[in-house]
Amino acid sequence: MRYYAERVARSVLTVWAAVTLTFGILRLMPGGPLVQLRGQLSRRNMSPEEIENQIAVYRERLNLVDAPIHEQYIAYLSNLLQGDFGQSLKEGEPVLQLIGEALPWTVFVMTVATILIFAIAIVWGALTAYKEGSTFDKVSSVAGVLLGSIPFYVFAFILLLFLAYQNKFFPASGRMTPLTDVELTVGFIIDVLHHAALPIASVVVVQAGLQMLSMRGNSIQVLGEDYVRVARLRGLSDRRISTRYVARNAILPMYTGFLTLIGFNIGNSVILEQVFTYRGIGYVMFDALEVQDYSVLMGVFLVFTIVLVVAVLIADLTYSWVDPRVKSGDASEAY
Amino acid sequence: MQVKHTDSDTDGEEFVFETQTSTVETSRSERLRDFYEEFIYKPGLVALDDSRTLIGGVILFVFILIALIGTRVYPAPVTNQVERSLKPFETMNAPLGSNPSGTDLLAQVIHATPSMLVLVTAGAVFSTFIAVFTGTVAGYKGGRTDRVITTISDIAMSIPGLPLVMVLAVTIKPENPAVVGILLTINYWSGLGRSIRSQVLTLREESYVEASRTMGVSTRRILTKDVIPNLMPYILVNFAFAARYCIFAGVGLYYLGVLPADLANWGLQLDSAYNDYSALVGSGSEYLVIVPMIPIALLSLSLVLLAQGLDRIFNPRVRTRLAGESESIEEDDDDVVHTGGV
Repeated sequence: MRYYAERVARSVLTVWAAVTLTFGILRLMPGGPLVQLRGQLSRRNMSPEEIENQIAVYRERLNLVDAPIHEQYIAYLSNLLQGDFGQSLKEGEPVLQLIGEALPWTVFVMTVATILIFAIAIVWGALTAYKEGSTFDKVSSVAGVLLGSIPFYVFAFILLLFLAYQNKFFPASGRMTPLTDVELTVGFIIDVLHHAALPIASVVVVQAGLQMLSMRGNSIQVLGEDYVRVARLRGLSDRRISTRYVARNAILPMYTGFLTLIGFNIGNSVILEQVFTYRGIGYVMFDALEVQDYSVLMGVFLVFTIVLVVAVLIADLTYSWVDPRVKSGDASEAY
Repeated sequence: MQVKHTDSDTDGEEFVFETQTSTVETSRSERLRDFYEEFIYKPGLVALDDSRTLIGGVILFVFILIALIGTRVYPAPVTNQVERSLKPFETMNAPLGSNPSGTDLLAQVIHATPSMLVLVTAGAVFSTFIAVFTGTVAGYKGGRTDRVITTISDIAMSIPGLPLVMVLAVTIKPENPAVVGILLTINYWSGLGRSIRSQVLTLREESYVEASRTMGVSTRRILTKDVIPNLMPYILVNFAFAARYCIFAGVGLYYLGVLPADLANWGLQLDSAYNDYSALVGSGSEYLVIVPMIPIALLSLSLVLLAQGLDRIFNPRVRTRLAGESESIEEDDDDVVHTGGV
């Protein structure tokens, strides 16, 4: 119980650190964000009054107030706690609304991708472990290493070239066919999957190989354990040994990795979604970078952090439930 | 790696020679010889035997040659230096073709190499150093030191790396490739530090560490003499993985335009090819995207191969049966795989 409390406290501490970081960055920026924004405005031939008015609007949208720094900090924290992440500098929309509209798409893509990665890695890794030393094993290892050494965005370009531009099997951009109604029909779901296929594939192909190698390593290790030998001596069927004895124990160490990988991949979505013009949360962050929209930038960063923190927290808290041999107090060591 | 081996081969013989002539330096040269045996000669045997290390080493060496010599021999990229939109292998002026602004693609690739290597080295050295420092100190000292360091590294670990770097890069706007490298790994060290810590937790109970402790040897000396040498193989393997992460993240951020870059940069090359020249849309200019992809993939491939080879080289079980079939012992890099998944 104490472990759970400590673990939750640590997560809260992490989010707090991220919040403090964004607060610090916004204020410690050379000259502050407003100076840089003022520079942008003055290049647009605006009269001094217009600039001042615009700056006042920006100031409000960034939740910047004239007060001693500690009061600003408290105001910043309480705004965030109330779900007020400020407003987008350019459009004035609430940041949270922008994020809420985009986040589900990213979570959808990355969750599907990560599930596929692990499904492929587990089956493929187990097969190579059973056929250790065979041609299949050697070819698989080389393939895993080769695929793993390509950054996913480089692979995304390859997919785009062959499957979207040269052959028009998949759309090159977007979340769905423009002007379709968002409703839960079979056609809509197929359309969404069709659009998500390439982004998902480019993540899956480069990461599955590396995960396969670690599944292979685990399986080989488990295959050498005494209890597997005993099971063989007892005359249990190969099928039972491979599913009940080997696979289960080989998959366990990958469990934490699974949830953290979803978190990390969501963080990586900035590059992926830019390549595919897929309007998820990563694209929102990219957009904000382009136009120096600091309030959106910081908001997305905080959401990324929260997603990752929650993913790791769930992984840690449920590990003892997945693997009963680990007492919850030692779970952090099994990481 | 391979080339380093042959280089140091002669060095090593000098060390042997020295032990015979100088009596004053004996202990030191003996140590050097031990070091040579442990870290160069024996690994060299395995490396020669292992095609992965060989290939990885050769590729990396070629990149270093390009950075050192290629940049001096080959003209730097500028706009309108050759005809516009040349295809690869069309003229020898621009062997890999040129972009619609008349910049030689090969020149871009070559002149981007030095800063990329600096970036990668800086990031890998920085993150490995911090990881080793925090990991060994936390694991060995235990108690409150451990709790403080673990909490800090836990926090660093659960802040997503790429978005963090973006937020920081907007503020700092780093120009120097070494600074970029360090910025990229600003929280990458935490995962590695964590796994080093758990290895130190078992090492600290070893009798030779305990012996040093009872003899009153200082913590710093125990860590550098007893603990870290034992972790060296693991550290080197992860050094290579950290370097690979720097390539992925570095090129990715240059591609997004988060980091300021000049004309010679693989990420920027990708960016302008895909976003400015729409090279994939089927106007026959796909090579604009493909050319910068080649060095990115090759450099990270060489690092992955080296990491796997190094793992084998420093694995005592593999080393003892040098000639034997040793495929079964490799790739226990679970931690790395999870955190390095850019």
